[in-house]
Amino acid sequence: MSAEPLAIEVAVPPTPGSMHPMSAAPSTIGSPTIEQETRAEEALDLPWHVVVHNDPVNLMSYVTMVFQRVFGYPRDKAEKHMLEVHHKGRSILWSGMREPAELYVQQLHGYLLLATIEKVS
Amino acid sequence: MEIRRRKNQIEISEIDPFLAELLRQIPASTSTDGAPAAEQRVFSPPVNGTEAELCAEWKMYVEPELRRLFQTATQTVGADLEQLNGNEKSLANRTLRIPTKHADAWLSALNQARLVIATKNNFTEVELNDHLRSPIGSRRDLSLFQVNFYGFLQEYILRELDC
Repeated sequence: MSAEPLAIEVAVPPTPGSMHPMSAAPSTIGSPTIEQETRAEEALDLPWHVVVHNDPVNLMSYVTMVFQRVFGYPRDKAEKHMLEVHHKGRSILWSGMREPAELYVQQLHGYLLLATIEKVS
Repeated sequence: MEIRRRKNQIEISEIDPFLAELLRQIPASTSTDGAPAAEQRVFSPPVNGTEAELCAEWKMYVEPELRRLFQTATQTVGADLEQLNGNEKSLANRTLRIPTKHADAWLSALNQARLVIATKNNFTEVELNDHLRSPIGSRRDLSLFQVNFYGFLQEYILRELDC
């Protein structure tokens, strides 16, 4: 296992999936005032971490596969994060805006991983 | 018991009645009914802190989706397991064929079952990693064997997906 801390990726957020209930876009265009407020709020929100926590039940190979699928990471990077979760109890998998962070956590919960979002202090 | 890949199927043959029964128990083992700790584990909160609003939204919008996702996987596995039904009293070995397109459903159902059983029994990491444990002598031992057996199947399916 590498003892080096993993770099935190502050990636360009993907387009949130249309199925994400918490990111449902309004059916009509909102007023300019509301749009401005939303943008200001998002700017203040940056960044959020997607954190995966250790779990003694989930298999290491399974966790690696999930990281590859959800984040599109190559196997070695996914394994590095998996080992960090295993040995250190948690790993930051992604950082960025709140909405895609929530979407990632939802996907990770779909694979039954213990995942949370955390606001960077 | 033997596991091999045959074209678009994972074939598990020579399944003795005991292992066949454990396989039949997968869908039922995913149930969190009457086990709040297991429910809490399967539907874990999205934050560690006290973001009450987010947790409430999560319960309202995300949990039902996850519930449907898990239920669909369990139903797929249940349908595949019907191959093992018939004369349950027969001591003949069985064969189970899992279409590879159902692999994700199997991974999910096996994971649900392992998490629920482990949480209900409060298994420690030491117990879960004790592969030299003595033969089954109690209900708890049986549950631990079940968790490990399902884990073995998960590993095999993962290896097949990797190929």
